[in-house]
Amino acid sequence: MNSPASIVEIRDLRYAINGRPIFEGLDVDIAPGRVTAIMGPSGTGKTTLLRLITGQLRADSGTLIVAGQDMRGVRRTELYALRRRMGMLFQNGALLTDLNVFENVAFPLREHTDLPDRLIRQLVLTKLQAVGLRGAAELMPSELSGGMGRRVALARAIVMDPEILIYDEPFVGLDPISLGVILRLIRHLNDVLGLTSIVVSHDVHEIASVADAVYLLSGGKVAAHGAPKDLSTSSSEVVRQFIGGLPDGPVPFHFPAPDYFGELLARGEAI
Amino acid sequence: MRKSNTLNFGTGAFVLLGFAALAFLTTQITSRGLHFGSTPHYEVIAKFDNIGDLKVGAPVSMAGGQVGRVVHIDLDPREYKAVVSMRINSQYNQIPTDSDASIYTQGLLGGKFIGLTAGGADTFLKDKSEIDFTQSAFVLENLIGQLLANFAKGSNSSSSSGSSDSAPPKNPAPLPTEKHK
Amino acid sequence: MNPIKELWRSLIEALVALGDITRFLLSIIVRIPRVLMRFDLVVRQIFNSGALSLVIIMLSGLFVGMVLGLQGFQLLQRFGSEQALGVAAAIGLVKELSPVITALLFAGRAGTALASEIGLMRATDQLSAMEMMAVDPIERVVAPRFLGGVIAMPLLAAIFSVIGVYGAQLVGVQLMHVDSGSFWSQMRAGVDIRDVNEGLVKSCIFGVACSLIAVYQGYYAVPTAEGVGRATTRTVVASAVMVLFLDYLLTSAFL
Repeated sequence: MNSPASIVEIRDLRYAINGRPIFEGLDVDIAPGRVTAIMGPSGTGKTTLLRLITGQLRADSGTLIVAGQDMRGVRRTELYALRRRMGMLFQNGALLTDLNVFENVAFPLREHTDLPDRLIRQLVLTKLQAVGLRGAAELMPSELSGGMGRRVALARAIVMDPEILIYDEPFVGLDPISLGVILRLIRHLNDVLGLTSIVVSHDVHEIASVADAVYLLSGGKVAAHGAPKDLSTSSSEVVRQFIGGLPDGPVPFHFPAPDYFGELLARGEAI
Repeated sequence: MRKSNTLNFGTGAFVLLGFAALAFLTTQITSRGLHFGSTPHYEVIAKFDNIGDLKVGAPVSMAGGQVGRVVHIDLDPREYKAVVSMRINSQYNQIPTDSDASIYTQGLLGGKFIGLTAGGADTFLKDKSEIDFTQSAFVLENLIGQLLANFAKGSNSSSSSGSSDSAPPKNPAPLPTEKHK
Repeated sequence: MNPIKELWRSLIEALVALGDITRFLLSIIVRIPRVLMRFDLVVRQIFNSGALSLVIIMLSGLFVGMVLGLQGFQLLQRFGSEQALGVAAAIGLVKELSPVITALLFAGRAGTALASEIGLMRATDQLSAMEMMAVDPIERVVAPRFLGGVIAMPLLAAIFSVIGVYGAQLVGVQLMHVDSGSFWSQMRAGVDIRDVNEGLVKSCIFGVACSLIAVYQGYYAVPTAEGVGRATTRTVVASAVMVLFLDYLLTSAFL
């Protein structure tokens, strides 16, 4: 999906951990103002990609430009400035456990701005209202359910009015209702606030219902990309296995192991 | 917000307690404590041939009661004597100028201290006076040397012992060990 | 050949760890000026590490002082110098027992709390979330806790000494009938401000060591439940060894 100006531009990205290659020539364009989903089987490095985009990791080679900032050789102050323009929702919410809901959402404001308390209060309550949790402002994170915690984290992620919002597996462990709430919020906030949303998930059908563009990663490269409906009609084996939820295919069912009968018999003899 | 007030109070109380403890330690259990240093005093000096292991801070007493403290120990480069500076509490301002200063030992394991024995003069010690009559510390080696020399004297050789007194001792016995209260 | 290779490898690992922790300490120190401007964070940590440790410190101080009173009395009685109980107890406490025992107790109570707190934040991605929000976790989380420990330690040691002396007095004067006047005056004569200072310096250095080890273990804990648990045990063990080792170094340095 190529728009005139991608807000995140990735070309020929390569990254390896301890010699094991994660990305071998990745090309991704994230269009501004749209919801882009990044999907793939477990272990394809979806979360790693997010970490590269947010600068928590450095790529080995290739081009990575985020909101105009070239991530090659970026310095700490530039990185922190960039991060203030981004919001991130972690898998388990990652709320600060020693602060209540209100203070958690207010945290970025208190750390980065000198706004008076009155203004902070208004901003925080507005964001909490947007996610439907204004009444929970006094609760502690330990008193929240998983879904509620994630919504608070979402409120926190948008409190500084970011340009890009990143969701790392936001649907994991949620009941259908909470899942639906988050889904609706992703789409709603993206449109109302004019954000760019990047969602990493493997809930294919859920995310496909709100995404404008989808990237399917496999084997360190982009296996397929396009609008959600394009993917469901794709002929690629990788895509078909993933979308169809098939147990065996390009991603094998069996973990590599020696010959089955050979191992059974050998066991018998050894004893 | 209510929570942070109890927190601040608790921390403040703790820090105060800590500093109070420190203050107690430095003033109430040390020899340089406030309980002594703030009272008015005057300084006198005395020169000894041998002070043993007399330390700064050692008490100066008279008739068994503490009247002052040793504040400085120096070496006189010309007379080769130890110059001991003592701080005497101002309320004891009637110590005769011909009094005697001797170095004694506290108990069995104790350190050295200075004992003043009153003389009979009409003039009294004041700031920057010097005590002329002094007796040095008891040093074991010197005693042994003296004993040996006495034995030798018994066989007709002169006695020049290591014991050195700058003034005739008021006590005949060269073994002063007075308990200091 | 193998045991030697193992030993060599452990040595290299130890050196690397030492370098790591030193760099960590430097990164904390560099951030201290800015942390001091957010003094409310430090105050909270002084409360957590100091005020909350008061009970155990005071209880321990009392008992140690009382034992010192008992043992000291028995020992001095053999030389007829029971009156010196005050000075013996005071010096023993102020110079050795207070700094060391306070440090060990601190490591057990406050050190483990620090390590597990920070380790848990690591395991639940709170530290990563902070980084993502462009908040420096070392400045916001680690440095205030480090400072809190460093400030609390000498104060705790002083309190330990005072309570200990009181405990010794309780046993010596009240129980064993040592003369109260001698107890205190011999103490005053025998304890020098230098002794108190040495004890103070020791407890300050122990404070730095224990706090550093605790925050380091927490910050670099493996982000699992097991990892956090290991971080806390390592904090206690490493702190104890370090304190005793430093105690020897400092004692010989002061002599």
